[in-house]
Amino acid sequence: MMRKVTHVPGRILMLVAAWALLPATAWAIDPEPPFEDPQLEAQYQALINEVRCLVCQNQTIADSNAPLAADLRREIREMMGEGASRSEVVEFLVARYGEFVLYRPRFQPSTWALWGGPAFFVILGMVVFARILRVRMAQPLEGEESP
Amino acid sequence: MWRFLVPVSIFAVLAAFFYRGLSLDPGYVPSPLLGKPAPEFELPRLKDPAAMLGNRDLDGQVALLNVWATWCVGCRQEHGFLVDLAESGAIPIYGLNWKDDRQTALNWLTDLGDPYVASAFDELGEVAIDWGVYGAPETFLLARDGTVLHKHIAPLDEAIWARDFLPKIAEQCGSLPCPLEAGE
Repeated sequence: MMRKVTHVPGRILMLVAAWALLPATAWAIDPEPPFEDPQLEAQYQALINEVRCLVCQNQTIADSNAPLAADLRREIREMMGEGASRSEVVEFLVARYGEFVLYRPRFQPSTWALWGGPAFFVILGMVVFARILRVRMAQPLEGEESP
Repeated sequence: MWRFLVPVSIFAVLAAFFYRGLSLDPGYVPSPLLGKPAPEFELPRLKDPAAMLGNRDLDGQVALLNVWATWCVGCRQEHGFLVDLAESGAIPIYGLNWKDDRQTALNWLTDLGDPYVASAFDELGEVAIDWGVYGAPETFLLARDGTVLHKHIAPLDEAIWARDFLPKIAEQCGSLPCPLEAGE
């Protein structure tokens, strides 16, 4: 017997379509609507994803439900809405909470070792590697022939 | 010789870093406000919303600004000490009531005693952000000219008071209670 394909009721289809069309920001934790300017909204999202929530230190303020994180998001949103630049907001936060609020520390004397460290160790590794190679290459090749 | 020296020195450096790093308290975030003028604020008073409390009320005295809230367990813990401290007359204590409900906060002061000369009511937490507050209770020690001398995060008690606050207060005043600035 042939199975008859039942029609999905149009109303449910509409619901699914409406759900799929919701912008991702509809799931953001704040009640405020996103900025109308998508570029500004992107800058705002990027920034709050780089600011540490000091109440729960392994979360950004974009992730955190802590009341302080909500207050900081509101403050940053207000500042950016009034035309503050990224560096102005960062300066505002650092003046109050210190460099620790930034997940991406700024390049300055106290962070030279932090930013320069990886490059230093890569170069160190290459120097050590080169020296080992030079020593090995100076040795006669007879070792390779033995089993 | 090198075969011995290189691993041992690498180990020594790592050990030194770990010893230092693992004994640090990641919960301790030094305030960038230390040694700087206290942030400007002006807020309605908790007990009298029509009156304001701001920097000029604190000027001219060595004072404490204590950030508290009724939802904050540590604040409940330190409250008895603050009441005793206020009764001793050692130093004026001002409160910053942070993101709280006014009536609940008033009840708390009625039930547990009120150590504060006055409390500012920061419902939205905006002044708290300016002061870099992130976890109540926090206590700021302020000089006569409004400089932030010290910040303590966590409940206060007798031992912390004697260790961290008294020496700094003595530097400012020489004696307790701190004499007010001349002309005040």
